[in-house]
Amino acid sequence: MKEEILIAGFGGQGVLSMGKILAYAGLMDNLEVTWMPSYGPEQRGGTANVTVILSDSPISSPVLDTYDTAVVLNQQSLDKFESKVKPGGTLIYDPSGIHHLPTRTDIKVVPVDATEAAIELKNSKTYNMILLGALLKCRPVVDIDAVLRGLKKTLPERHHHLLPLNEQALRKGMEMA
Amino acid sequence: MEEEIRLMKGNEAIAHAAIRYGADGYFGYPITPQSEVLETLAELRPWETTGMVVLQAESEVAAINMVYGGAATGKAVMTSSSSPGVSLKQEGISYLAASELPALIVNVMRGGPGLGTIQPSQADYFQATKGGGHGDYHLIVLSPSSVQEMTDFVALGFDLAFKYRTPSMILADGIVGQMMEKVVLPPQRKRRTEAEIREQCPWAATGRGDRKHSNVVTSLELDSAKMEENNLRFQRTYNEIEENEVRFQEYFTEDAEYLIVAFGSVARICLKAIEEARAAGHKIGLLRPITLWPFPKAAIRRLAEQVKGILTVELNAGQMIEDVRLAAGEAAPVEHFGRMGGIVPNPGEVLNALREKFSVEL
Amino acid sequence: MKPEDIIKPENKVYARPRLLNDVNTHYCPGCSHGVVHKLIADLLEEMGLQDKSIGIAPVGCAVFAYNYIDIDWIEAAHGRAPALATAAARLNPENLVFTYQGDGDLSAIGTAETIHAANRGENITIIFINNGIYGMTGGQMAPTTLLGMKTATTPYGRNSELNGYPLAITDLLARLDGTCYVTRQAVHTPAAVRKTRAAIKKAFTNSMEKRGTSIVEIVSTCNSGWKLSPAQANQWMEEHMFAKYPLGDLKNVEHKA
Repeated sequence: MKEEILIAGFGGQGVLSMGKILAYAGLMDNLEVTWMPSYGPEQRGGTANVTVILSDSPISSPVLDTYDTAVVLNQQSLDKFESKVKPGGTLIYDPSGIHHLPTRTDIKVVPVDATEAAIELKNSKTYNMILLGALLKCRPVVDIDAVLRGLKKTLPERHHHLLPLNEQALRKGMEMA
Repeated sequence: MEEEIRLMKGNEAIAHAAIRYGADGYFGYPITPQSEVLETLAELRPWETTGMVVLQAESEVAAINMVYGGAATGKAVMTSSSSPGVSLKQEGISYLAASELPALIVNVMRGGPGLGTIQPSQADYFQATKGGGHGDYHLIVLSPSSVQEMTDFVALGFDLAFKYRTPSMILADGIVGQMMEKVVLPPQRKRRTEAEIREQCPWAATGRGDRKHSNVVTSLELDSAKMEENNLRFQRTYNEIEENEVRFQEYFTEDAEYLIVAFGSVARICLKAIEEARAAGHKIGLLRPITLWPFPKAAIRRLAEQVKGILTVELNAGQMIEDVRLAAGEAAPVEHFGRMGGIVPNPGEVLNALREKFSVEL
Repeated sequence: MKPEDIIKPENKVYARPRLLNDVNTHYCPGCSHGVVHKLIADLLEEMGLQDKSIGIAPVGCAVFAYNYIDIDWIEAAHGRAPALATAAARLNPENLVFTYQGDGDLSAIGTAETIHAANRGENITIIFINNGIYGMTGGQMAPTTLLGMKTATTPYGRNSELNGYPLAITDLLARLDGTCYVTRQAVHTPAAVRKTRAAIKKAFTNSMEKRGTSIVEIVSTCNSGWKLSPAQANQWMEEHMFAKYPLGDLKNVEHKA
């Protein structure tokens, strides 16, 4: 098993941390993982993307030209990465703020309105967890329990009261996909 | 601390590995993309556990001179920085080499020249492998291509530095520094005691103690004959290092018709390209130098005799290619493919370069 | 009385300190360095610190300080002695770590290292020889060169428009929270030598007791660089240098802030 995933959006949308949680879940499931960010001064507002690779064998390049799955959260990222999804792969996008919809027919295209769903959950910080839930529904590369265990381990104790909300967001995303 | 499996960035791994090695001191100055080294050390507070000293210096110049001062007392000390900061350190590195002091320097390279970019680069190859500062000297230069190697090379770098009494450098790129991978952290090693340091480093300025004579750590020798003798001694050490410490890794070279030579994270990008080419039946191999100095000359020469062409892939305008060409001689043509300014090629670009440079059908 | 009767230990009133090596000096006749070296050697022995001391030598005339005082030394790059001392002291907290620096080393190229080591309150002693000139390289202008003073690089006298003003860096250091003892002394008379000796002793004590950074500036002559006889140089120093660099304690507190 090897899954090459790209997550792209604005800085501040939780792109990097979504990738991190996914990578951590992979670690909990005894997979090889790499998490390669586009790093830079962009903290908020600029574009950010991260490549996450999960594999049951050693991973060669952390830098890729095509992806099994892409999660894109703004128009620029969609424009840039739609063509980089491998034929038969999966493209998940948030339709909020997308004017030009994806056109490819040789891949599975999954809209997930996580912006709207996060408002329903009354917490904008659940945004990336909703998308992660959707991703795991489409590509069950790690177990949801591994995600929750990973969250518990990486979140500081003082934030542990947010764990149920995060689980709720994950499950909501799974329903939406 | 026991052996532990963790997910972390290469820069963070450097910090964890330094503590677990039993390093005595770290002196650094923030610069992107390596600031996580100092930040992680500050968060881990090793001064409360192992007694390791961690200090944010006022400049890279001060930091390397703190390393010099600490190393002169026999302690296992290190610094880390990124390209512009490492340029500032060069004077101090020359002093370390000339005073025959062990120390570890980490350079997480970013694009230059000048202030350049904070994105990944390998443009400090010349600086790292050809001396860098003034005078005739070499560093042992280790090139990690994974977070695991970022961890492992801290111990290797320190051990080699102490074995040969010469500074060693981990020459990483921004990719290895910034990416997170699964890593096995080694168990905690005890810091050496004062008595052990005195025994292992009889040359160190530890304070005389019960030693009969005083120790002076200096690189100054105004008597030319003696200074030449010093230089000859350094060169003997470098010869010994070249004989014993060449490290490299070969992938798919057994039947290779074309060879790629690449180091650091770029080697992994090339490996992915080769995996794709092999799947289509093309016989491409990879040699990844692990020590950039000493350079794996003999292995490259051997493979040059076997292949039709060699491609070096680097994040620079063509630096390592000079060493590859010297090693290959007339045995095989050597071409360069590089990206600069912080741009990282993807596997597809590497294959394109192979096609273009050698007119091979891939 | 025969000479043999006089040369007896009990008649001895003055001797070379045991830690001062029996070697020829490279310092010029009349230079202040020799006196300060002797005081350091004498004090380290008296205080029982000879086996615990790490000296940091500068670049400048005192680059060979390690040839004269029989303790462990590290030779620094130009200006970097306080950075070396910082690490040496932090990594070897049981030792006495001191730097010995001239005005070019400490107040020109090494200003950042000096200010920041003092500002961190490193438990080190800085011995600062201020003779207002670069001696080793042949008498060029130092930051501490007085206005109007002729040097190899100010052949018509230091001009503030061209070269800025004499830098009383010790005054700055006294204002830093990390320093506990900042004093300015001289070694041109026996009385001054005794005061300097007491000052260095206090500084070494502070370092061993971890009270913060101690700085002993010694306003000195460089009769070769100044192109004066040793006696004239002392007189010139009293008349001109002391006006800009007055002697006395600038700061003396129990402990850094």
